[in-house]
Amino acid sequence: MLKSVTTALLGATLLAAALSAPAHAQTKINALFMAQAAYSEADVRAMTESFTKANPDISVNLEFVPYEGLHDKTVLAQGSGGGYDVVLFDVIWPAEYATNKVLLDVSDKITPEMKSGVLPGAWTTVEYEGKRYGLPWILDTKYLFYNKEILQKAGIANPPKTWAELSEQAKIIKDKGLLSTPIAWSWSQAEAAICDYTTLVSAYGGSFIKDGKPVFQTGGGLDALNYMVESYKSGLTNPNSKEFLEEDVRRVFQNGEAAFALNWTYMYNMANNPKDSKVAGKVGVVPAPGVEGKSTVSAVNGSMGLGITSTSKQPNEAWKYITFMTSQATQNQYAKLSLPIWASSYDDPAVSKGQEELIAAAKAGLAAMYPRPTTPKYQELSTALQQAVQESLLGQEAPEAALKTAAENSGL
Amino acid sequence: MTNNWITTRAWLLMLPLLVVMIAVIGWPLIDTIRLSFTDAKLVGTQGSFVGLDNYVKVLSGSNFQRSLLTTFWFAVLSVSAEMVIGVLAALLLNQRFYGRSVLRALMILPWALPTVVNATLWRLIYNPEYGALNALLVQIGMLDSYRSWLGEPGTALASLILADCWKNFPLVALIALAALQAVPRDITAASMVDGAGVWSRFRFVTLPYLAGPLMVALVLRTIEAFKVFDIIWVMTRGGPANSTRTLSILVYQEAFSFQRAGSGASLALIVTLLVTVLAVAYAALIRKTAGAS
Repeated sequence: MLKSVTTALLGATLLAAALSAPAHAQTKINALFMAQAAYSEADVRAMTESFTKANPDISVNLEFVPYEGLHDKTVLAQGSGGGYDVVLFDVIWPAEYATNKVLLDVSDKITPEMKSGVLPGAWTTVEYEGKRYGLPWILDTKYLFYNKEILQKAGIANPPKTWAELSEQAKIIKDKGLLSTPIAWSWSQAEAAICDYTTLVSAYGGSFIKDGKPVFQTGGGLDALNYMVESYKSGLTNPNSKEFLEEDVRRVFQNGEAAFALNWTYMYNMANNPKDSKVAGKVGVVPAPGVEGKSTVSAVNGSMGLGITSTSKQPNEAWKYITFMTSQATQNQYAKLSLPIWASSYDDPAVSKGQEELIAAAKAGLAAMYPRPTTPKYQELSTALQQAVQESLLGQEAPEAALKTAAENSGL
Repeated sequence: MTNNWITTRAWLLMLPLLVVMIAVIGWPLIDTIRLSFTDAKLVGTQGSFVGLDNYVKVLSGSNFQRSLLTTFWFAVLSVSAEMVIGVLAALLLNQRFYGRSVLRALMILPWALPTVVNATLWRLIYNPEYGALNALLVQIGMLDSYRSWLGEPGTALASLILADCWKNFPLVALIALAALQAVPRDITAASMVDGAGVWSRFRFVTLPYLAGPLMVALVLRTIEAFKVFDIIWVMTRGGPANSTRTLSILVYQEAFSFQRAGSGASLALIVTLLVTVLAVAYAALIRKTAGAS
């Protein structure tokens, strides 16, 4: 009985599909993106529309999730037999995705023009053990944004070049009563906190893993957390930073309630948009500072790539779509919220027009990008580190003890 | 028609439903039990048999104990607050006054909201920079300056409980209100003539009528509260410093973020077992109250 119902339903569905099929065979691919930082949802939709106009035989179904859901959604879809053809992935996931065969190895598909044209640092986003699992798409790092007007009122001529200088300048601003808590960070219990922490680790010359064992609990890794805790306890940092994600930092900065903020590329043009920013025209951006004797600038590799899932039934169409989205023409056209992966784009006046300051900061910042650890167990490591950061900020644990516990719980 | 045939026919009529239930509940449950004895990953490997390893690791880990305690507090505090507020709201809405039906309809609103919407709403209310709660408390002079509600371990869980109460007390109120319709007016009137005060009237006249239905509400809400996930995931993702990481969040992290399907399954089964014990205990209690009245 059930079977005959099923057969009838199946027949009806097939009939309906046959009747509604377009004149030419259309291939549909499903793509998963994030709605947070970098290219906006509107940008991605516009790029995709250009792609389908140029390739009328392919239709693209777009889905957007918050960054926090991107990894789990990808893995879950894979665990239940697939669903997505193209997925956006963060620089920290290729190790795990490659180990678990979530993404296709596309090393053979990469052309010599891509190899020579894309910035060398961008490739690290999609690589694991010598193989490439997609094309880099969002080339991003955290920059130090500052409010020019507040610095001017405080009598500060130049933005800080070192983290110590950042604290000094913030103290001047605080003491003069311009702002009670001048620095904003994204230290919520999330990956965002690890991006800020990694920026500082790179400044202090620390490292995460050595010979497969965690080493962040000593040296630069410990200095980095100590800096965060001191900045928090001294009241120079907005205490609400411990529940902020990037978008919260942007809102605080746009309302003129932060003199300094660490954030991704996208904040530059958003905070300069007079429509919803109170600080438009006063936004300054420089590479994140360094530490005297150790580094001149610091940066975290926060890039993301586009890859083809191993369960995709249309890998060729998916690759066509990825190459379009990452092409120099597309990236140059939408270079306001995310900067291109192509080296020559940075000397293209059409790209730098109106954002010369950002391009200058990018040239120094992108070259200094420091990677978060490459390990298939990254999620566990990151979760343990997030806990260490939060416990230290809240004063529940001393940074040294917290990082030691994190090293034990990191799964490494 | 014999009794036998009636029984057979009943089973035959239920058969399609039973098959569906075995397919969508029985099979996944059995597979989860199987998974919990393996070291399977979510993707990649099928895993091999590891015996009770997963259970030993989970039960002896400090993460589990801490999350169990967090879940316990969340369930006890939110459910008891919901019961008290719900009954009070029902007593109020049982009085005759102008605009009562509008209020009764309005009360359903929070309960009808999807949890994710409710969580997002409360996140805005608790926002440390421009949240409504801060604005209100500062304006009426209860706070000197804006503060962080979801960023401090001391207030994060309490803030979540308040948000959960606001959403769920209407269910208790609805059930209590329905039960109140059954309280005979003549008994209330007679007790007033006998000089019973407000408390005595509630305790000895109204409450016995409410006890059974409230028990049902208590069971439903406790089981729900024990499984809480979405409201916490949207508002704090278990933070700050894991102070709001309930058991369901821990299961999610283990099974999906860390992709350890095996130990994730064992953790999920332990939670299921706890909820089942609660449900059975409550069911026994309900039968007892029903028998008593």
